[in-house]
Amino acid sequence: METVITALGSGLLEAFQPLNLFMIFAGCLAGLFVGCMPGLGSVNGVAILLPVTFLVPPTTAIIFLAALYYGAMYGGAISSITLGIPGASTAVATVFDGRPMAQQGKADKALMAAAIASFIGGSVSIVLFTLFAPPLAAFALKFGPQEEFALMLLAFATFIGLGGDDIPKTIFSILLGLVLAAVGFDIISGRPRLIFFDMVEFQRGIGFLVLAIGVYGVGEMLWTLETTKGTVQMHKVNIGWQRMKENFKDVKIYINSTWLGSFLGFFVGTLPAAGATPAALMSYGLSKTFSKDPDSYGKGNISGVAAPEAANNAASTGSMLPMITLGIPGSPTTAILLGGMIIWGLRPGPLLFTESPDFVWGLIGSMYVANFVTVILNIALIPVFIRVLAMPFTMLTPVIFTLCVLGVFATTDRMFDNWLMLIIGVMAYFLRKLNYPVAPAVLAIVLGPLAERSLRQSLISSQGDAMTFFERPISLVCILIALLLVSYPLIAKMLKKRNAQQPAQ
Amino acid sequence: MTILKSMLTGAAALALTAPAAMAEWQPRKPVEFIIMAGTGGGADQIARLLQGLIQKKDLSPRPFIPINKPGGSGAEALRYLQDKAGDDHVVMMTLNSFYTTPIIQDELGVDPTEFTPIALMAMDTFLLWVNTDRDDINDLDSYVAAVKEAGLNWKVGGTGSGQEDSVLTAMMEAEFGYDVTYIPFSGGGTVAKNLVGNQIDSTVNNPAEQMEFYRAGNSKPLVQFTGERQAAFPDVPTTKELGIDIEYYMQRSVNGPPNMDPEAVAWYTDLFQTLFDSEEWQSYCKSDGLTCDNMMTGEELAGFHTKQFAAHKELIAKVGAAAITGE
Repeated sequence: METVITALGSGLLEAFQPLNLFMIFAGCLAGLFVGCMPGLGSVNGVAILLPVTFLVPPTTAIIFLAALYYGAMYGGAISSITLGIPGASTAVATVFDGRPMAQQGKADKALMAAAIASFIGGSVSIVLFTLFAPPLAAFALKFGPQEEFALMLLAFATFIGLGGDDIPKTIFSILLGLVLAAVGFDIISGRPRLIFFDMVEFQRGIGFLVLAIGVYGVGEMLWTLETTKGTVQMHKVNIGWQRMKENFKDVKIYINSTWLGSFLGFFVGTLPAAGATPAALMSYGLSKTFSKDPDSYGKGNISGVAAPEAANNAASTGSMLPMITLGIPGSPTTAILLGGMIIWGLRPGPLLFTESPDFVWGLIGSMYVANFVTVILNIALIPVFIRVLAMPFTMLTPVIFTLCVLGVFATTDRMFDNWLMLIIGVMAYFLRKLNYPVAPAVLAIVLGPLAERSLRQSLISSQGDAMTFFERPISLVCILIALLLVSYPLIAKMLKKRNAQQPAQ
Repeated sequence: MTILKSMLTGAAALALTAPAAMAEWQPRKPVEFIIMAGTGGGADQIARLLQGLIQKKDLSPRPFIPINKPGGSGAEALRYLQDKAGDDHVVMMTLNSFYTTPIIQDELGVDPTEFTPIALMAMDTFLLWVNTDRDDINDLDSYVAAVKEAGLNWKVGGTGSGQEDSVLTAMMEAEFGYDVTYIPFSGGGTVAKNLVGNQIDSTVNNPAEQMEFYRAGNSKPLVQFTGERQAAFPDVPTTKELGIDIEYYMQRSVNGPPNMDPEAVAWYTDLFQTLFDSEEWQSYCKSDGLTCDNMMTGEELAGFHTKQFAAHKELIAKVGAAAITGE
């Protein structure tokens, strides 16, 4: 314990070096920018700015890139809330409630909740990282394919168990997502499958961002156009001190979801192969399941913004853990960081903590500082962000549409995906008209490939025996929790009924 | 000495060609650097190192963006590169699935010999690894005995199916007369982690993938599938020494899509020659057990690919495609 404190102290001192402090600031700002541009995410930001870091010492370099990664997690929420397009895949769940809040003239509250929840998520995660990095790395090793699959089941359960929605329709939506996720190459045998109309373009599968932008950018826009006949007026929010102070007080409404998201996000982030997107989606689902008022989710519940935002920041810190201790990146962005570390002459792996303590602790120290910098930057910039909403809807719609097209094209570089995005958008619009929830489909396309891979690996290793999932303690516990989550809404309903009957007696 | 010599000749060649190439063709937008495997594996580490060096040494006016396309044992990447025919802003870091995947998945419609060969950066090696917890296994004989006893309960992890790890596993099955269960993972890094976590029993990881766990004492190599002992593993016997007829190497070459502009090819060739000759690359080769004596390019590399492609066809016919894909 004492050694941790001394090491952390020297790490913090390192982070407060003027050059490092400046790099934290620059990184957070750059991250905010790439995060809020649809199609540009932390991956692109880190890749593009990697060369800048060769001018400075390795510790400063990783501090800069980690700050950028951090900033991008915050930034993703900005476009999710103000424009309704997820700036990055990690911010998809933020759209669910962030967008409705903006439409109700509460964009500032949503942005504030996102900033504060991100801050708490990040802070919790760093503290856990500081205290438990080595034992957690050992725990991550216990995660084989069986455990991964059980965890994915758990994630799906959080979405089936959503209280208010129509359960058969939710299941339909999940299955639809799974079908779309299966398009492309079979992940085990490598053969092409579900190639619609034999079009070669489908061999590369349906990108997650194509789907998310189609559903939330295009689909949502059509829906809003129809329901409001173009007369929607995003209420102009007058931000003053009074309103800001009020917004701060909202914290107690969403604090529970924030804690949930923070711990869950960190845990999911530390597992190799999972990352911030599943963490955010799971956190949203769980927060809704345990909410007293699940029906209000998706209609502008502030906890629905806080839960995924806390989780994605917590997970981004968490995913540094397998990178540093095992040399396995927990997310695409950390994969690029890993490349950077190799160039700086550092070899991530079990020995990094002992062989390069200055580097590791400098990084950890900087994460504490970066968290403060980003939350201050974010809150200070809220008035700027909501200026976007002052635009009349007739102007905002074409802007959003342009950003959708650009965002999709920028990530995949082919027109096919843009057409696909439009088709998916129109489909999502009809699903919405028929009262099908679309969020579970989005979840399924993220988790589907992860679940399929781990399911098939597990069954190969057990030679087809499904009992393998129940014989391993961690996987068994996850499955039991998943079952509980699925049945929770039913139990809750029954309890409610009983409570309602009792006074009558 | 050879390193120094190749560095000098390389530098001289570069001095002559570089200004001319600069004037003719250079990237006008970011170059996609495709990796036909997942993150953390050997190909991924190499590509990311090269990408970083390009930026550190300011060798390209536009950045190289590494993109992993591990789907379908590299099928996704191969198909992607094929579809990019004539595009001068995409290159791919390849491994042996460059040959095996098109053979096993003939419906993919990809012929690797049609791609534009740019540079063979290194030949990588394979070792047989087990977790250090396995006190009962200390050499190849005790390994074979343990596998035979376990039968299909013995789990070998590797990257993808129908790829080099599964080819080598099938070769061993044929040689020693046992059957194991082969589990495909998305990248060499994940394979290494699963060995250390005891989720699988053995792997045929490349040195770079296991190096850190080996140094930390989590995993141990039993045999190297090479002709000579590598500098990084002086105490590990080779298959040749043990009289076993399995020698297998992994090519690490950079290739472009079909029909690249020759001027672009010249620019990329210069670029990778500079990287190959760099001190950083040569020291990486040394520490990670890669063979990097001279860089093959152009016609010579095309010939190499043709030969390797034919050799893999023969190998797959011999052990049977089913033994490799596990179908």
